[in-house]
Amino acid sequence: MQSTTLTERVGRRVLRLVSAAVLVFLVAPVLIVIPLSFNESAYFSYPMSGFSTRWYAALVSSEEWRLAVVNSFIIGLASTAIATVLGTAAAMGISRPSFPLRGFIMPLLISPMIIPIVVVAVSLYLVFAPLGLTSSHAGVILAHAALGTPFVVITVTATLMAFNWNLVRAAASLGAPPLVTFRRVTLPLIAPGVATGAVFAFATSFDEVIVILFIGGAEQKTIPRQMWSGIRDQINPSILAMAALLTVFAITLFLVIDWLHGRAAPAADTRG
Amino acid sequence: MAAGAEADPMPRAGRDAYRAARRKEAMRSLAFALPLLVFLVAVFLYPIGALLLRSVQSEDVAAALPRVSAGLAAWSGAALPPSPVFEALAADIAAAQERGTLVSAARRLNTYEPGFRSLILKTARRLPDPAAGPVAPAFVAIDPRWGETETWHFIQRASARITPDYLLAAIDLRAGPRGLSELPPDQRIYQAAFARTFLISGTVTLLCLILGYPVAYLLATLPPRQSNRLMIFVIVPFWTSLLVRTTAWYVLLQPNGVVNALLAQAGLTREPLALMFNRTGVLVGMTHVLLPFMILANYAVMRGISPSYQRAAVSLGAHPAIAFLRVYVPQTLPGIGTGTFLVFVLAIGYYITPALLGGGGDEMISQLIAFQMDRQLNWGLAGALSVYLVLLTLAVYFVFNHFVGVDRLRLG
Amino acid sequence: MTAGRTASRVAALLAAGCALLAVPAAAQEKTLNIVDYGGAFEAAADKAWFKPFAAAQGVKIATEQYDGGVAKLRAMVQAGNTTWDLIDLETNDAITACDEGLLQKLNPALLGDPSDFIKGAVLPCAVSSMIWSTVFAYDASKMQTKPTTIADFFDTQTFPGKRGLRKSPKVSLEWALMADGVPAGEIYKVLATDAGLKRALAKLSTIKDRIVWWEAGSQPPQLLADGAVAMTMAYNGRIYDAQKKENKPFAIVWDGQIYDYEWWGIPAGAKDKDLAENFIKYASAKDNIWKLSNFIAYASPRKSSVELMNKDVLPDMPTAPNNFKNGLQINAEFWADHYDSINSRFMTWLGQ
Repeated sequence: MQSTTLTERVGRRVLRLVSAAVLVFLVAPVLIVIPLSFNESAYFSYPMSGFSTRWYAALVSSEEWRLAVVNSFIIGLASTAIATVLGTAAAMGISRPSFPLRGFIMPLLISPMIIPIVVVAVSLYLVFAPLGLTSSHAGVILAHAALGTPFVVITVTATLMAFNWNLVRAAASLGAPPLVTFRRVTLPLIAPGVATGAVFAFATSFDEVIVILFIGGAEQKTIPRQMWSGIRDQINPSILAMAALLTVFAITLFLVIDWLHGRAAPAADTRG
Repeated sequence: MAAGAEADPMPRAGRDAYRAARRKEAMRSLAFALPLLVFLVAVFLYPIGALLLRSVQSEDVAAALPRVSAGLAAWSGAALPPSPVFEALAADIAAAQERGTLVSAARRLNTYEPGFRSLILKTARRLPDPAAGPVAPAFVAIDPRWGETETWHFIQRASARITPDYLLAAIDLRAGPRGLSELPPDQRIYQAAFARTFLISGTVTLLCLILGYPVAYLLATLPPRQSNRLMIFVIVPFWTSLLVRTTAWYVLLQPNGVVNALLAQAGLTREPLALMFNRTGVLVGMTHVLLPFMILANYAVMRGISPSYQRAAVSLGAHPAIAFLRVYVPQTLPGIGTGTFLVFVLAIGYYITPALLGGGGDEMISQLIAFQMDRQLNWGLAGALSVYLVLLTLAVYFVFNHFVGVDRLRLG
Repeated sequence: MTAGRTASRVAALLAAGCALLAVPAAAQEKTLNIVDYGGAFEAAADKAWFKPFAAAQGVKIATEQYDGGVAKLRAMVQAGNTTWDLIDLETNDAITACDEGLLQKLNPALLGDPSDFIKGAVLPCAVSSMIWSTVFAYDASKMQTKPTTIADFFDTQTFPGKRGLRKSPKVSLEWALMADGVPAGEIYKVLATDAGLKRALAKLSTIKDRIVWWEAGSQPPQLLADGAVAMTMAYNGRIYDAQKKENKPFAIVWDGQIYDYEWWGIPAGAKDKDLAENFIKYASAKDNIWKLSNFIAYASPRKSSVELMNKDVLPDMPTAPNNFKNGLQINAEFWADHYDSINSRFMTWLGQ
């Protein structure tokens, strides 16, 4: 290591200070929800008027919230399954050098990620309503699956960039049927990418509210949809309790992904 | 699976066989992507296409008033239409009312001139009987507007099945008898809204870059163990629901919220500052939600940059700041590009955060599209606004793809 | 770690997720899908009508919330896929929806004796559920001088601070004209003219930069509670709810109150029309319709149930003589005819 100059040291210190401030800006609002959820008041008021668990009690006893949690998981898991299967297959095609019309097809596959979500929601209403797909789980699941696919495509494609296709050829030349080759050779190698993509697809669905606002009905209310109601249609601090629980959930998710990637990976690996 | 083509035993006419094999191989790779392509076309691209097409379709009047539409096709517009057109109107209105298509035609006409809907419905209630004498004066007796050529001009315009009017209206233009003209200033709304959307998204992107770049740099240059620990500060907000974060800001930024309380305690303010239901709230909320994208995109690139170039520059006598700007920053351009793209593209479509934290003057295009569908049920205008928003998004995408490349999109 | 382990962990997670879902789903029952204005109104209606009805009939009630307007209903009916069974409507929306064939004609036999309803409380497609009012309210603990008239709402000199208004031309424009000196009896005559509309918007413009716009009825109490506004337009029942249930020091100014009927209507193409009719029959019955007043200060439109209403609530009702001195019934026909055109002018004004 070379000796650092004074400028460098000062620069480094400023950098640390600025970064610390930004990181606090990022995390503080998320964490502050936890104490605020114990506020006694029926409004989002501060300072807190007293400590109370009444909003957690309201959350637990509410049939609507129970339904929202169940719906979030049903819709999230079903759409993730569709997105993961379709996205992984597509990524396996795209990542081959022989893939034709790449410059044309890639934007199509990525489009659910970049087309403004309100445009998507309004379009889906226009087409889904006459088909009876509005106010139905099927409609929401299909929509969320579409929104989740780009994440799977991107993460799996990234994994496959480093994939050695000769392994597949070798397996085939040894007489392995394609499905067996996929299950025994390809899948294990790309599994981390598939898993990451699936987590992203699930998170996309789990957090989505605008499409549900437009095409979902009373029986498709998910957690974010219920939170939207709670902040707008009926001010209800139960949503702070739910927000606190979701924050804890996010932290857990972080730890789980960390665990999935294994402690062997040095830094938090943000690639797919 | 991919081996079949290569294992083709004996390529005879070398080049042809090679080409055939290449094509087969290409088709095989395409086949993998086909299910997803079909799926996306069916549940995503087709609906969007249908909405965008709505921006030029105008079927309602032609469907509800077919005889009037035909009668007006050849009308010059100089004088009132001839009396058969009036008779056709009486017959069409009666028939349309029977079929239940009259209201949508009336609403379509209302997009030209407020009051048209009530004119049509009023006329329908007192429809003149052709057997009772000349129809035209009877119509004028119901409402003098039937005696004005402008009324008929609008019906003629609305009868065209393909119309540029929504696309024009979405940028505050109007086609009149004397060509295109801008709406009077007190009726303009969309140009300003597009400009505002662009301004808000640009500001948010810039804020994210200014705040996110140093953090990414620090994380990328710290020892792995430390940076791994700090990463949780970025990842946890990233994984936290958008609604949770917007709710949090809603509570924090209130006049009697945590931020104002802290400012007052610190003696910085005497009156609570207005931090929400205005531009400040929108910018703070959106920057918070989008900042992790910027940090992660830059971090992913910076981690792969060897510090040796920068060190070499310093050891050759460059000022560290110069070395950083001239040697390090250029290497991070792909990260800056990816982060900027992601943040900007997500920002121009924002809806929830501005809806909850913004005020009357902060509406973004997404909110106006939602309003046209949710409140007005004007598919044409919703479609036209969507056309421009999608074009804007695609333009940003192609700029990004040209300068950085979509393959660089990584997720973390 | 090996990829195999990753895969098995993913599988374990998915299995755990599926196990969570294996919670036995409730047995399929008939569901009545109601869309209403949410908040304290829904909470009160739930106690007064929804829960007892659901229990009596052995059905489920699912609710959605909206902020009024007929666009969504129109979209459903046009698409031929109506997913609502019953709607809670404001008068002008009820008239418009009925005119456009978006609501089914109401069978008068459901209402018992229609003449028992006060004048105008039965429409061809809808029946009134209650009488409510738009008023303005302030936080008495934060105001030194008490506002007393609608002109005070527009007087930011004497009463500094932000103002909350519903993001709709309805009532805002009436108030603007009242505050500008137009007598209550002439409001709609003036508003029907272009000059009158400009005059109303000009009056609103004097406080435009101080207005916080709200859309859902539950927002104004929150705006008052967190101090975001000094005064706000609100539905009287929501303020009542905050006063009584949460002991908020809110005060209502009844001067210039604009009251309206609220309606039940059955959308065209409703999947369960019979159940919706059953509900209307239940909730409009003489013995049930007044029960809403046990939970919120909204009055019954049925003459015979007036004496059944909760006596404690009567002074807080829009119809109480003390509150009624300078009140105006909303001219729903006016708004049914002019809402679309005035609203687009209003939204343009808002966006500028």
